[in-house]
Amino acid sequence: MTPAEKKNVFTGLAFTSLWIVGLCVFTAYPVIASLYYSFCDYSILKSAVWIGGENYRELVTDDLFWKSLGNTLLYAALSVPLGTAVALALAMLLNCDVRGRSFFRVVFYLPSIVPVVASSMLWLWIFNGEYGLLNGLISPVLGWFGLTPPAWFTDPTWAKPALVLMSLWGVGNAMVIYLAGLQNVPKELYEAAAIDGASAWRRFWHVTLPGIAPVVYFNVVMGLIGSLQIFAQAYIISDAANGGTGTHDGAPARSLLFYTMHLFTTAFHDLRMGYASAMAYVLFIVIAALTWLATRLSRRHVE
Amino acid sequence: MSAASQLRKATRSFVIYGLLGGAACVFLVPFAWLVITSLKPIEQSMTLPPSWIPRAYYADLGAGKTEVTLDYRTRQSGAVVERVAGENAGAMLFLADDQLAQLTDADEPLRVLQRVEPGWWRATEKLPRDAPAGTPPRWRFVPDSDVESRVKFRWENYPDALGSLDGGSSDPASLTSKHRVSFWRFTANSLIVCVLGVIGTVFSNAIVAYGFARIRWRGRDAFFAVTLATMMVPFPVLMVPLYGVFRELNMIGTLMPLWVPAFFGSAFNIFLMRQFFRAIPEELSEAARIDGCSEWTIFWRIILPLSKPVLATAGVLHFLHAWNDFLGPLLYLTRKETFPLSLALQSFQAQNGGVQWHHLMAASTVTIIPVVVLFFFAQKTFVQGIATTGSKS
Repeated sequence: MTPAEKKNVFTGLAFTSLWIVGLCVFTAYPVIASLYYSFCDYSILKSAVWIGGENYRELVTDDLFWKSLGNTLLYAALSVPLGTAVALALAMLLNCDVRGRSFFRVVFYLPSIVPVVASSMLWLWIFNGEYGLLNGLISPVLGWFGLTPPAWFTDPTWAKPALVLMSLWGVGNAMVIYLAGLQNVPKELYEAAAIDGASAWRRFWHVTLPGIAPVVYFNVVMGLIGSLQIFAQAYIISDAANGGTGTHDGAPARSLLFYTMHLFTTAFHDLRMGYASAMAYVLFIVIAALTWLATRLSRRHVE
Repeated sequence: MSAASQLRKATRSFVIYGLLGGAACVFLVPFAWLVITSLKPIEQSMTLPPSWIPRAYYADLGAGKTEVTLDYRTRQSGAVVERVAGENAGAMLFLADDQLAQLTDADEPLRVLQRVEPGWWRATEKLPRDAPAGTPPRWRFVPDSDVESRVKFRWENYPDALGSLDGGSSDPASLTSKHRVSFWRFTANSLIVCVLGVIGTVFSNAIVAYGFARIRWRGRDAFFAVTLATMMVPFPVLMVPLYGVFRELNMIGTLMPLWVPAFFGSAFNIFLMRQFFRAIPEELSEAARIDGCSEWTIFWRIILPLSKPVLATAGVLHFLHAWNDFLGPLLYLTRKETFPLSLALQSFQAQNGGVQWHHLMAASTVTIIPVVVLFFFAQKTFVQGIATTGSKS
């Protein structure tokens, strides 16, 4: 290296030094330590004892682990496609040269910045089985058909769908991104398609969708990663709707026991931190695998 | 333009505005319900069908019109009677006609105070908030025609909710003033975490991003690739060892784990700012270098002043993230005095059970207001920031 190059390396390292420390202390060390702990019997009170693959072997036979994984995958499978569809639909409506676009954009966006604790309280109340607004509005309609509305968060069958509906209220963030993506699709393409006599559906399928596919792909993957880590809403709601026992067992009937919640209780209530680390690495692998899969699929379809 | 195409255009815009209007209502109704519930007395939230307008009811219970609570409607006719003798003398109760017929004066001396017809309301006086504890409220049955209702927003719910936010009411020890934590303490905790975090985020990431964007050095690109890769790591993987790190640093139970990391950069913000810095023409830096400016001077005097939009975006997004964070405080905080608003609200809910909806909604509204205000002040920053961060991959 020439002296000038050396000086540049020195300056570069100096500017990034804060991040070097941050990366090591708050990311690199935890990632490695977590992997090590996953092969250990460890609680914060005692030092870690190596037990080999015992934690992973136990995971395979742990019903709660499978339950929480199943719950989480089901939630992601419902909320990600629905959320993407709603966000995309709203963005396309707003992209139709409507008057008052900025007003509508604010209306759709605002719910997504509401603190999760506040939105959980609000939806607990709206979904309340006895006096909730939703049941108050739909029970007269259902009554004609002789049906009664469910108790949502206190009913094992309906708790997850309720959580999915709640998540749809927060699609504003994705909508803003899709709207920006739609506005970047060249207008000439639409004009050319219109001249060729393409129907609205074909224009959507052959112009709009390819135009915003990279944006949609990126946000679907991010949404998937996010929804696999769902925690706060479920933690607050399952406890509150089911009597606040403080056991965080994902009541009703463990239907709201999501992966991160189970991991959190295992680590910080049962103090089984080695076992929790093994769970964390399984999640890591699931997320990495799904991302890889999505990338492969998108290579085939997007380009 | 032909009539047919005009008609088609009109139909199209009718459908579009119809869908948009409908969707806007669905998105706004939860907000409306939040605020409406927060301004009602609790018994008006426990009604079917739901009532949309907060009201106050007034009736004459014997000493002029006072504000009352309508408890329930009677199903049968009867009378309110008062016990005249015995240890329960003075107690008033409602007896239906058939119950009255079974009683004889010899059984129990009673005095009839009021005849009641079916469908009347039982109305109980609403005691003023400063009434001495233990004062029995007056009550009486009144027909619909004697009840007067007016639209009234119950703003008292807000101080009542915020005053009881520490939630210790079920535990006698926490009722002493020493153990009470005020709403302002929770707000201050939230603000400390947010403001320090924003300062850290803006400065640390700008410095680091400059190193990645404007200086050419060996190993830079590999290091940046590693930086981007860390964005893939889910937080649950870091959770256990991070707790250990902060325990070693003696930070558990303090607010520090919530804002200190912001001073050491984050992959996402480094990426965001690097994009922006790279778009600034290189000639500006070259000219300054020829004039003998150091890299730090170039960064501080030239690049930073030009980068206000991206600094604002990162700052605003971090404020939002820190204000809304729930898992972080839940992990690291142990004592109520250190709770931020989000955790205080949740623990209030957990301790009081889920029945005080008017107070819960009032406190929720208060935690939402800062982010909404921030949004309206920095709307452009928000929308542009989100649009750029979500689409550049």
